[in-house]
Amino acid sequence: MKRIAVAVLGLGLLSACQPALRGTGDLGLVVERADGRLMVVENSTSTKLASVAGLGDLSHAALVYSRDQRYAFVFGRDGGLTKVDILTGSIVGRVMQSGNSIGGAISQDGSLVAVANYTPGGIKVFDAATLEQVADIPATGPDGKASKVIGIADLSGRRFIYTLYDAGEIWIADLSDLKAPRITKYPNIGKLPYDALITGDGRWYLAGLFGEDGIALLDLWNPDKGVKRILDHYGKGKEALPVYKMPHLRGWAVAGDEVWLPAIGHHQVLVVDKGRWSEKTRVDVAGQPVFAMARPDGRQVWVNFAVPDYSKVQVIDTQTKTVIKTLEPGLAILHMEFTPKGERVWLSARDSDAVVVYDTETLEKVAELPASRPSGIFFTNRANKTGL
Amino acid sequence: MRMFAALTGAMVMVLAAGMASAEVAPARQAKLKDMVDQDCGSCHGMTRHGGLGSPLLQEDLAKLSAEAVIETILEGRPGTPMPPWKAILSREEAAWIAAYLMGELK
Repeated sequence: MKRIAVAVLGLGLLSACQPALRGTGDLGLVVERADGRLMVVENSTSTKLASVAGLGDLSHAALVYSRDQRYAFVFGRDGGLTKVDILTGSIVGRVMQSGNSIGGAISQDGSLVAVANYTPGGIKVFDAATLEQVADIPATGPDGKASKVIGIADLSGRRFIYTLYDAGEIWIADLSDLKAPRITKYPNIGKLPYDALITGDGRWYLAGLFGEDGIALLDLWNPDKGVKRILDHYGKGKEALPVYKMPHLRGWAVAGDEVWLPAIGHHQVLVVDKGRWSEKTRVDVAGQPVFAMARPDGRQVWVNFAVPDYSKVQVIDTQTKTVIKTLEPGLAILHMEFTPKGERVWLSARDSDAVVVYDTETLEKVAELPASRPSGIFFTNRANKTGL
Repeated sequence: MRMFAALTGAMVMVLAAGMASAEVAPARQAKLKDMVDQDCGSCHGMTRHGGLGSPLLQEDLAKLSAEAVIETILEGRPGTPMPPWKAILSREEAAWIAAYLMGELK
């Protein structure tokens, strides 16, 4: 009798120790950059579930998700690559892979993680399961100098596309044979490409130029046609303002057949015809845009701004192309992320030490979470998107 | 001659630092420190080890005069993404930041 009681008690304890089963589709991560820490958050409840510390220098940190949406690969400014299990809220692997990195990408099949580096320039590629380094590809320009790498994204197959900031080239690295990566180079794309993006369908790769007006465009359905220059008036122009913060192209907005891009050095957002790549119109906004992001249905574009206007956020109606509301969600809004179907948007208010959640229909605040100096917000549905 | 230049440089630095602490109120100093970490940090790194912008560690800036650092902050570096900050910062504030970056102030 006693023995049975012990056995039952044992079973009881065992099941108590077993964490409740759950999926990760409702989860995300928020970067608390000054503390080298991540918050694991849940969309539906607007709550924090866990904190993960020990990630090093997370200024300008970005991350990608494994395709099962359980693991995040976090790219730190100090060159650290950290693999985080968001279900257990713990670090499962970490390598210091360079002196200074800017971002990364995960391959279409989920097997490889590539990191784009500033110092030394180039990319390094890791096995997503073990974080073992499988390739090291320096980015050397025609002058023989190492170049910083920006705008890395995944292509079909085990390929990555990225841009050499100093050298002004676009490269595609094909890692189908890990022992002998094949590199295709597109030289002379223009001066100082500062960021790049790929459209969700994987067809168009655009690199924004800082050193001259325009955008370098590569059609990945027709890569043999080479890089074409578009939007020659996109850049700074003659009466440009000082650019206090580089716009980010990665969060760009595709709404129907239109692409919404932050102008550089102007208080404007550009509306561009996708496919023809000509400018349709410009919308005046409250400051220099950093991110212009479309709600997943494309009906709204949300814009945040560089210092000193970075405590404002504007919502643009994409049909009428007018600003329908100017919000002041908090101080120093650094990033925005829509929930997967877009009913809510999360905003990081760095100087308010908070993440603020808005309803995208009523445009009213619905929740606020304390967060220490929050920057990037990343929901797990990014796992299934090319280029994110 | 060279010594004279070095002396002048040192004097400018001392003057700049003196001027800076004299004319930037403590509350504004805290704000400027924050700006260095957060806004300069978005290109130069929060730990100032560099990023798209060059590193701003003391040993990197030791090659430059305080005046050159102040001018770069106020006027930017044409041909690079470093913008002129003079619409946001006064000369006194730029001098304070230069001295702070160069280790003259804590």
